[in-house]
Amino acid sequence: MVGRYLHLDLGGRPHRVYFEEAGEGWPLVCLHTAGADGRQFRHLMTDRDVTRHWRVVAFDMPRHGKSLPPAGWQDEDYRLTTDAYVELILAFCGALALERPVVLGCSIGGKIVLELALRAPERFRALIGLEAAAYQTPWYDDTSWLHRPDVHGGELCSALMSGLIAPQAPAEARWETLWMYAQGGPGVFRGDLHFYRAEGNLRDRVGRIETARCPLYLLTGEYDFSCTPDDTRETAARIRGARLTIMKELGHFPMSEHPQRFREYLLPVLEEIRGARSA
Amino acid sequence: MRTPDAHAIVARLPELVNADGALVRRGARLTTSFLLAVDDVEFLIHVVAGRLHAVEQGPLLLRSWSFAVRATAESWARFWQPLPAPGYHDLFAMKKLGVARVEGDLWPLMAHLRYVKDVLAAPRRARLAG
Repeated sequence: MVGRYLHLDLGGRPHRVYFEEAGEGWPLVCLHTAGADGRQFRHLMTDRDVTRHWRVVAFDMPRHGKSLPPAGWQDEDYRLTTDAYVELILAFCGALALERPVVLGCSIGGKIVLELALRAPERFRALIGLEAAAYQTPWYDDTSWLHRPDVHGGELCSALMSGLIAPQAPAEARWETLWMYAQGGPGVFRGDLHFYRAEGNLRDRVGRIETARCPLYLLTGEYDFSCTPDDTRETAARIRGARLTIMKELGHFPMSEHPQRFREYLLPVLEEIRGARSA
Repeated sequence: MRTPDAHAIVARLPELVNADGALVRRGARLTTSFLLAVDDVEFLIHVVAGRLHAVEQGPLLLRSWSFAVRATAESWARFWQPLPAPGYHDLFAMKKLGVARVEGDLWPLMAHLRYVKDVLAAPRRARLAG
């Protein structure tokens, strides 16, 4: 596994973006959840059954992990938008000259995958949405709890997210997942959720996704109460050809909370995509 | 689970929490009284610097509390299972499912969320309902 930085112009401003990659083959770009970073995919990057066929690439979004915020961040009220997120993904893939990568995203990464399927299906070999839905009923209505001086944001984000992890998750993986949330910068998780909540209703549009142009796989954990199996079922029902999997003993962070269980579900999907490619 | 069992489990919370050094340490900055309701029966839980000082069973007539968590005896019983079913594995999962309510001044809850969640789940870890 190798980590590097690259420079991207995003929204007309220079950004220094960190990414890691491992493996050889067709590119598989991984998008982390809100308020976390690319380390969520570290197990995928050390899985020989994945890396012998795939070049797995995961970047830290600006303000996340090792990607610093752009200059001037200190006076900004960060809000992730759909347009900015799409721009980031396309700019990153362009900078690495990734030809029709497969994109796998979780949570906000899963939702943006739906947007990619709508906006630019020809640019991707296949799209995989984990814990993704066109719409989820919110389980919170006041995200200001996540960013205020009298509540420790990291402790709260971590404690809130703990409930989205399945009880079967191994303790080490569970707490590693939560550590990433505890490490988030001030207001970053809240800013990411703006995209999820304020711009995240795609119900009227997902029916236009054409899976014949770009296959779409949706996988959701049975213990995820943020994006529930029913949320994903409803989305899959709106998209002709979408492939749906409900994953047992998994929650909202399948790749990091229980990597061994998750690979049982992901490997067949990756094999199917590879088979379709060579067919 | 029969209702009296849920009441007995709530009454045992001080014993379970106070024996857990890491949990008490995590709550060291919290002193409050919160309300835990099992069906219509209310329990006032007094937290003093992370230790559960006392649990008072209602009826509570002229008492103050900071926040309240309410669910049915059946829901708490499911919540306390060693391997809870989806929806019953977390306080906010139960809230979204519509089987639990959270009320009052949420600041002590949110500022000490991991501690409070761990207090509520102490019977699960002790396998009292398994």
